[in-house]
Amino acid sequence: MSIPLSWYLILAAALFCIGLFGVLSRRNAIAILLGVELMLNAVNINLVAFWRYLDPAQMAGQAFAVIVFAVAAAEVAVGLALIISVYRRRKTVVADEIDLMKW
Amino acid sequence: MTFADFLNNPVNFIADWLTGLLTGWGLPDALATILVYVIGITVLIVFAMVLDIGLVWVERKVVARFQDRLGPNRLGPFGLIQPFADIIKLVIKEDITPAGADKVIFNIAPVLAAVSVIALWAILPLSSKIFGVDMNVALLYLVAAGALGTLAIIMAGWSSNNKYALVGAFRMVANMVSYEIPMVVVLLIPTILADTMSVQGITQAQDGLWFAILSPLGFLIFFISAIAELGRTPFDLIEAESELTAGFNVEYSGMKFGWFYASELLHAFTFGGFMAVLFFGGYGGFFGLEKVAGFGWLTNPFIEAAVFIAKAMFGYWAIMWVKYSLPRIRIDHMLAFNWKFLVPLSLVALATPAILHKVLIDLPTWQYALGMFASNVVIASGTIEILRANSRKQRKAEEKLSPQPVKN
Amino acid sequence: MTAEKIIFLLTGALILLSALMVVSTRKLLHAALWLVVTLFGVAVLYAMLQASFLAVVQVVVYIGAIAILFIFAVMLTRREMRDQGQQTRSNWWLPALLGLLILAGLVFLILGVPGADRVPAALPEGFDAVRVLGTALVSPNAYVLPFEVASVLLLAALVGAVYLAGAGKKP
Repeated sequence: MSIPLSWYLILAAALFCIGLFGVLSRRNAIAILLGVELMLNAVNINLVAFWRYLDPAQMAGQAFAVIVFAVAAAEVAVGLALIISVYRRRKTVVADEIDLMKW
Repeated sequence: MTFADFLNNPVNFIADWLTGLLTGWGLPDALATILVYVIGITVLIVFAMVLDIGLVWVERKVVARFQDRLGPNRLGPFGLIQPFADIIKLVIKEDITPAGADKVIFNIAPVLAAVSVIALWAILPLSSKIFGVDMNVALLYLVAAGALGTLAIIMAGWSSNNKYALVGAFRMVANMVSYEIPMVVVLLIPTILADTMSVQGITQAQDGLWFAILSPLGFLIFFISAIAELGRTPFDLIEAESELTAGFNVEYSGMKFGWFYASELLHAFTFGGFMAVLFFGGYGGFFGLEKVAGFGWLTNPFIEAAVFIAKAMFGYWAIMWVKYSLPRIRIDHMLAFNWKFLVPLSLVALATPAILHKVLIDLPTWQYALGMFASNVVIASGTIEILRANSRKQRKAEEKLSPQPVKN
Repeated sequence: MTAEKIIFLLTGALILLSALMVVSTRKLLHAALWLVVTLFGVAVLYAMLQASFLAVVQVVVYIGAIAILFIFAVMLTRREMRDQGQQTRSNWWLPALLGLLILAGLVFLILGVPGADRVPAALPEGFDAVRVLGTALVSPNAYVLPFEVASVLLLAALVGAVYLAGAGKKP
């Protein structure tokens, strides 16, 4: 174990920013969700790295990561169901064109 | 370093010898260790693949017996050389990539299918001394490798640019995702009984008593969901020759098809092995016989490996027995069977031993075993009663619907 | 440069490259498959951090369920925008600039934090992280409440997803 903590944190930061770029720049709603997944993974890397580097006896980091897994699974299930439902009604998955609530 | 050492712990003996040899050549220790690991992994994979070639012969011979034929019998004694002829045929066939296929994904998919199976061999305990790794999350790893297999099939089905292949892949995913749930649930039964997820720990916990005796229902559910996970009859809707020609691998030819075929056979055998590990004592489980004077040789790694292979072969044979005896079921039946029957049953089959294990563990062994077994019998007969009542109701409803004689 | 650092750098490069492919490739299905590569790299990181349970769960949950769901969603919605047409916004450079700025800020912050270059102490002998995590998740004075809330959340998501994506029976 010779890797400094900052390496993990920088990797997670880079992954988070790539995910952010994906969320903001993609037009397809599914691709936006892909970006959100990248961001969640970046957060999880941080949580696990902090668990290992700060206090392994306290399971806070791992427990949080497990809950992030559950939340990510819930988010994807509902998000993709929403996208498919919208696609059925409006025949589009482009986020900009789903604008019925906007005026 | 004597021959007895080799007999008692062959892997360590060879590894020590190799490390000594390599460091003797002037390699640094770390590099020598890594090289020995690489050699070990290679040997394990080669062993699995050679066994796979044998499995082709076994499968063809056994199916022939089930169907009252002779099977391969021309090449070599008992047709033993037939699989090699098969391989040569597959290798020299034209390698086709269909037009409009997604080339990269199309070519990765068979490799991934084989990898997902060979990855399982990392945790398969051939004996107490011969194994890849002893992970503390081995049973979850088993599920994870299955996820890779699903991915391989979806990639193959989608990239082939073929409707049949895509439908096959869709069915496979529906199949795997649903049958994964009862499988994960019943994997928890050995975990609870052995108090560990490591396969070595589970095997050693069964020295005196097989888990199949403590939880026959758990074993049955694992058996069914393993067959579904393997995509073998009666759950072979992914291939369904009569409707989908060959399912997800319809566009594959030559050795790429060979990889799918080989990984399917090896997968079946591997699951036979896991059945042995989880419910039939793996390489051990001699009911304490190995402690009796004169039977100490039973704990020799080679004997254990032979016992393990024999048990795994038996599991593989049982899977084949089901495959070649039952017809294929319909997709909606398959999903309904899983969600309405197998999942609730597996939850009950998990909860009961979980509670009883805590309650009965202090009793003498035979009372404990009897209690666990009896609880399973009660659950099974209750299930059968519920099923009978259900089908009776259904029959009544259908009788009401049946056409009445028409007056004219 | 130890072997561990080399493995970390290779994994990190794999993660970042595949993540870049996820956000930039034109074919959406390829983006989903690149996501699988990223997730696998993250699982390797967990294994390196000795969180074996999370590494395996990452493969089971993310690759086995979430990535497959994504692939399904892509297949079910691909009639339109089938790998052609503009995939990114015309002003994509703005989010790129924003991402780079945030990355620069974060790296600056991380390098400034005291103790960022620490290396971890070895785990105590016989420390079974899986057992400790399992106990923590169901122990009343640890995380049993978040755990139960998460399971309720999953149930709600299950019901919601079935309702939303269901065939939509006419009233």
